[in-house]
Formats: sequence, structure tokens, C-alpha cells
Amino acid sequence: MEFFLDAENVCFSYVNDAEEPPSRTEVLKDVTLRVKEGEFLAVLGHNGSGKSTLAKCFNAINLPDSGTVTVAGLRTDDEENLIPIRSNAGMVFQNPDNQIVATIVEEDVAFALENMGVEPSEIRRRVDEALRTVGMYEYRMHAPHKLSGGQKQRVAIAGILAMKPKCILLDEPTAMLDPKGRDEVMSTIKMLNREQGVTIVLITHYMEEAAQADRIVVIDGGETLLDGTPKSIFSQVETMKNIGLDVPQVTELCYRLKKAGYDLPGDIITEEECAQALFELLTKRGE
Amino acid sequence: MLKDITLGQYLPGDSPVHKLDPRVKLVLTAVLIVMLFAAKNMCGIAVCAVFCVIGFAVSKVPVTLMIKSLKPIVALVVFTAVLNLFFVHSGEELWRWKMLSVTDEGIRTAFFMVSRIVLLIIGSSLLTYTTSPIDLTDAIERLMSPLKRIKVPVHEFAMMMTIALRFIPTLIEETDKIMNAQKARGSELDTGGFTDKVKGMIPILIPLFVSSFRRAEELATAMECRCYHGGEGRTRMKQLHTAPRDYAACVLTLLFLAGVIAANILFK
Repeated sequence: MEFFLDAENVCFSYVNDAEEPPSRTEVLKDVTLRVKEGEFLAVLGHNGSGKSTLAKCFNAINLPDSGTVTVAGLRTDDEENLIPIRSNAGMVFQNPDNQIVATIVEEDVAFALENMGVEPSEIRRRVDEALRTVGMYEYRMHAPHKLSGGQKQRVAIAGILAMKPKCILLDEPTAMLDPKGRDEVMSTIKMLNREQGVTIVLITHYMEEAAQADRIVVIDGGETLLDGTPKSIFSQVETMKNIGLDVPQVTELCYRLKKAGYDLPGDIITEEECAQALFELLTKRGE
Repeated sequence: MLKDITLGQYLPGDSPVHKLDPRVKLVLTAVLIVMLFAAKNMCGIAVCAVFCVIGFAVSKVPVTLMIKSLKPIVALVVFTAVLNLFFVHSGEELWRWKMLSVTDEGIRTAFFMVSRIVLLIIGSSLLTYTTSPIDLTDAIERLMSPLKRIKVPVHEFAMMMTIALRFIPTLIEETDKIMNAQKARGSELDTGGFTDKVKGMIPILIPLFVSSFRRAEELATAMECRCYHGGEGRTRMKQLHTAPRDYAACVLTLLFLAGVIAANILFK
């Protein structure tokens, strides 16, 4: 068992029973995606491309019409595996308001553990640990609706973290946050991946966030279109533009400068790299 | 503005009454109600009054709040008083005007009934002032748990209460947003007569309902993701423990109950 998350030839369609005859919308068409343990994967794709549907296949919320999904070697279509799968592949959603259940922060973090039937003293310990990890320990007695968006999302992450999952799936966790909240959440995610070895699958619309991942998968029209390192994906500026996606701003800048005849590398994805490349270019011209 | 409402009337504090086990508080409030209805004379009511006063004094809840809690029942109190005053005909007649007459017995009954209602409200608001809605829900769930055996969905009920408490502030915030959005589109919410105002609520309520259903669906998925599968095999982080002060409160309450019974027997 080499891969932690393994989706093989997955097809999935939503059925609308309200219409007569029931209509089917095919969302995933033969998707194969494998994620190694400890990997930080970003999934890109525009609205309706099937990326959220795919994420929900990884924790048995959605069961594929055909193909198989395994999490840590457990098949998602086996009812017996439900609890082990969901406690191993936790999911954080876009809207922090719609995933917090309890009226006190620490009660909400305890929710998953209470469902799993963990001993009360053990719950207490893990809740405190999870809240400290995301830096929300001081807020443990607060009411969730009085927190900022970034704080709420960190509470939601703590709620997942308390289950001690090997993998966290995040479905556009920063989409509803302001820049500060986005930074808080991103640094929490990166810390979990680097320091605790948690496998991260981050679905996002922000190219700058995707650039921080180890690997990017681009999904378009229910199929995996591109798969590779951030550098290899974002250097294909034309392809990305054609499917309606962006590249990080610095990549775009270098791409346009290069088009205008300046000698710049094509795989720049961070601000530091960009600054360095521009500095070199300018000093060269100055000579 | 709508955001600042407090849920229920919980007043945070750390008095002995606040620290009592919520289950004990709930049961003791029930005992107080029994006491009030068991009391047959003013002496018994006086015993109950002393009980309530001690409770309030220990809880350090301001007297102004106690009076405020009586506001909604002023009409009921007046109605009860007037009814008893004029329609009790036994006893010595003190005053008469055409059909209406007031007797000494009538005054006594009116006073008795009014103090019973007032004490009832004061006693139960002491419970809500000193217990947060969450603790109260928790206490109800635990006290009712024996009913699970006869298939009463106690856990589901408590879960619904918790989620409702959790979402009230969120939905209020949302209502505020929708109202502003509709005002920005030129709807006049505050003007016109009663029917206009009711009609003005429709464009607010419909979006609110639609978004609530969407929220409910997302919340259900999020709960499933966190291994929620009903109340079966569920543990709780917070364990309720009864402390010596809980037993002391029980003994004290039983003494007062005995006092009420004694008053019934001694003063006929």
C-alpha cells in the first residue's frame, strides 16, 4: 500500500429526482488520482469542474458510480469502514459558519471525538492539544459567532485535527476569508503538513496558495488535465489561460516580460524568485 | 444592532447558585413549583418567598433584573388580582357598588394568588439567570435519558436544541444582511400600515428560508464528516459531577418543603 488516498477510474454523477424523468449530471469522468502520505496536494479547477465532488469521494460522503476509492487501504464502499475513513481523512469546508455545531469553541472541537465514543479524559486532552496547535486555545470558552472568519476556520480545522487524521481535505477553506484570515489558515495548513506530516489536499481558487503545495492537479470538466509540480504547471501559462484559470501574479508578470523580449526564466512562482530574477536582469542591463 | 442580543437571560457569574449542577437546579426548581402549589395559606407562601429571596441573595443576581423578569406577566397578575377581588363572595363584605362587591376573603385570596404567580416566575427565572442555555439543554438530556428506553428521541431533541442555539445568532446576522440588501433595492420595510409591514416581511423571509435550508444541508454533511451517527455509542467531554454543595442545596430545599407542609398543618 504505497498511496494513502487512491481514486481509480472514478465516475460520479448527481441524479436529480425532482425532474421527471430524473436527470443525471455527470461530474467526474474516469478520474484517477493517487496521493502519497505526507504530500501537500493542491487541486485547481474552476467552478463546477468536479473538484469538491472528488474531495467528497475521499471520505465516503460520495460513493463513486464506478471505479474504486481507497483511503489508507480501506475501500469507501464498505459500510464498516465509514468511521475509520472519516476519522482518517477529515474534511474542512468553505463556509466556517455551516460546519460549527456547538455553541462553545471547545465543545465543537470535541464533537467528532464524542461521536467516536472516546473516553472523556482523552477527549479533554486531545481538544486542548488541537486548540493549541491551531493557536485558538485562549478562545476555547468563546461563542463561535463572535470569532473572526479566520478564527472560525481554525476552530473547524481543530475540530478535524482532534480526530488525529492522517489526512485533511480542505474544500476552498479560504474563499470566504479576508487576507489576514487567509494567511492564518494557510500558515496553519503548512505547519500541519511540514511539522506533523499530515497529508493535505487543498482545493483552492487562489493560485498563490496552490504555488505553496508540493504538487498540483488541475481538474477540468470532470477529468484530470494536468498533474505536476507547481513550477511545471504554472510554466504552462497558455494552457492554464485556455481553461479559464490564472497563474500567480508574479508568473504572469514574468510571462509578459518574456513575451516583450526580456530574458527571464519561465518557471517563476514566488515573489522572492521573481524579485531575484528581476534584480539579475536589471544588473545585467546596467553593465 | 441585532447582533448584540443575548440568548435567554443567562447572567454569567460564579456564585454558589451558578456553580450548582444544572440537573440539580432543574429538579429543585420543579420542587419549588410543587411547594408553591402545595401551600394552602399565606404562611406556606411566606416560606416559599424566603426560599426565593435566599436563592436570589446567594446568586447575586441584581434585584432590578428580578423585577424585570416580572414585566411580561404584569397583565396576568392584574387580571388574577381583579378576578379574585370581585368574584370571591364569601367572607365579610367591605365595599359595595351596584353588582360589584369586595370581601375580606376576596382580598386575601387575591393576594395569595398573586404572590403565588410572582414567586413562580421569580423562582424559575432564577434558574435561567444562573444557568446557560447549553447547560440547561445538557441537563435536560441527561435527566431525560432514562426515557430513551421507551424510544423517546432524547438525544435528537437535545441535538436540535443545541444546533438551534448555535444558529440563532448566525441567522439574526443574516436577517440583518437581507434587510439591508432589500432596503438597498428600494423596498420600504418601516413605512405603511400593518398589512404593508407584513407584506414587507415576505422578501426577507423567503431568502432567509432558502439560505437556512442550504446551511442545514452543509451542516449535515459537515457533521457526517465528523463521524456523527446519532446518539448511539456517543460519549461526552464534559462530565457532570455532583459536589457537596449540590447535596446541601437539596437538603435546604427539602427543609423548606417540610416547612410548607408544616405550615399547611399548623395554620388551617
